[in-house]
Amino acid sequence: MPERGGLPIRLEGVRVERGRRTLVHDLTLRLEAGPLSVLLGPNGAGKSVLLRLLAGLLQPSAGTLEPARRPGEGSAIVLQRPVLLRRSVLANVEYALRLRGIDGPERDQRVRRVLEATGLLGFEQRPARRLSVGEQQRLAIARAWALEPDLVLLDEPAAPLDPPSTRALEEAVRRLHEEGRKVVLATHDLGQARRLADEILFIHEGRVLEQAGSGEFFEGPKSAEARAFLAGQLPE
Amino acid sequence: MSELGGAFAAAFQLIATADADLMEIVGLSLRVSLVALVLASALALPLGAWLGIARFRGRRAVVVLLNALMGLPPVVVGLVVYLVLSRSGPLGTLGLLFTPTAMIIAQTLLILPIVAALSRQVMEDLWSEYEDELRALGASRLRSVPTLLFEGRFSLATAILAGFGRAIAEVGAVLIVGGNIAHVTRVMTTAIALETSRGELHLALGLGILLVALAVAVNATAQLVQNAAERAGA
Ligand SMILES: Nc1ncnc2c1ncn2[C@@H]1O[C@H](COP(=O)(O)OP(=O)(O)O)[C@@H](O)[C@H]1O
Ligand SMILES: [Mg+2]
Repeated sequence: MPERGGLPIRLEGVRVERGRRTLVHDLTLRLEAGPLSVLLGPNGAGKSVLLRLLAGLLQPSAGTLEPARRPGEGSAIVLQRPVLLRRSVLANVEYALRLRGIDGPERDQRVRRVLEATGLLGFEQRPARRLSVGEQQRLAIARAWALEPDLVLLDEPAAPLDPPSTRALEEAVRRLHEEGRKVVLATHDLGQARRLADEILFIHEGRVLEQAGSGEFFEGPKSAEARAFLAGQLPE
Repeated sequence: MSELGGAFAAAFQLIATADADLMEIVGLSLRVSLVALVLASALALPLGAWLGIARFRGRRAVVVLLNALMGLPPVVVGLVVYLVLSRSGPLGTLGLLFTPTAMIIAQTLLILPIVAALSRQVMEDLWSEYEDELRALGASRLRSVPTLLFEGRFSLATAILAGFGRAIAEVGAVLIVGGNIAHVTRVMTTAIALETSRGELHLALGLGILLVALAVAVNATAQLVQNAAERAGA
């Protein structure tokens, strides 16, 4: 049995339905503890649905997902549109820690560490909702990071950012991964996928069509859809 | 000087000298409405929060009913409380009719739906915004309630102020269950009604001026709350 963060994670024939619609079909894949996995695909492909499955926010309508996921257990997710509390930067991170019963010096130490790692030291007393978009995204990552999860799920964390903010955010993501945490990051941005990924999962219309090492994927995508996406012929 | 001008002068005189009768009436008004507000809020906030977050059959109907109760006419509330507290009513033996306690009960019932309905709306909007994030962070539904009450603190404060504004200005309920007895249950609104009908315009006007001042103060407070909310980035 897996010991850390429930890794590896196995999906077999996983399907998610909403009403009459099937959002993801027949997902069969395995996520190992090591590599930084990038979930790559156009808008509406099902990236968010898959991340929410992994976070335990959604349950499969059919198929098996092992080990079973529950929100906040061993994993943390940065949602596509993170919701920050109407409080200070500091209070946002502390809130997440308090939910896990982490208090006192341990809490202060973690807060300091993640604010440093995300470049938010000195922002402690600023109202979170007053931060720039880039700072808000980094705060959302800091909040997830402070929980020291074995699995970190990031849903298009750089989508609203300009290039300098994107670089700062990607730097934070790398550090997160270098600490030995499993990172699964969703993006539709090819450049970002190239910069960050050890492994690509290419997702299209609710199906994971390829799972391959980053080099292998970018040199020789196997599916016609992935080739079209790389050639810019699928809408990003 | 015209009669009206004289009445105004006399009214300001009463206020400026902090006339004892005037102050007693104002004091009772504030006491009754503030106690009613505290009681109503203590019940309405949890009720509103629960209705905003819980999902159960018939919830829609409860929400519609609550919204309708916001418009309860004060005289009807007064009448119902009167019937309950009157000598032959179910709580007649308590002897509460024509006491400030009766007035507090009536105003509590009057503003409870207002605070509950407004806070239900606030909490429901917040919940739709926060639900996923709070779940992802590992907060239970129950644990989310205090979080959302805090997140909505400025809007909820506005809801509470709306309740107070309604209570302090209403006349029908307190008149029926209080009876407008001098030095016992006479409050600003009932005093104004009585003094005006007796042609004692200066006291009525003095109270009227203070009542308007209170309403302005409540609105100014709401504005301050709003400004604080903006500063907090809320
Ligand atoms: N709660 C839901 N109810 C119905 N349809 C949904 C829901 N969530 C997502 N979808 C649909 O599922 C598909 C995949 O969505 P999503 O995972 O958000 O795509 P993306 O890859 O852009 O993150 C989209 O067509 C979207 O409209
Ligand atoms: Mg998405």
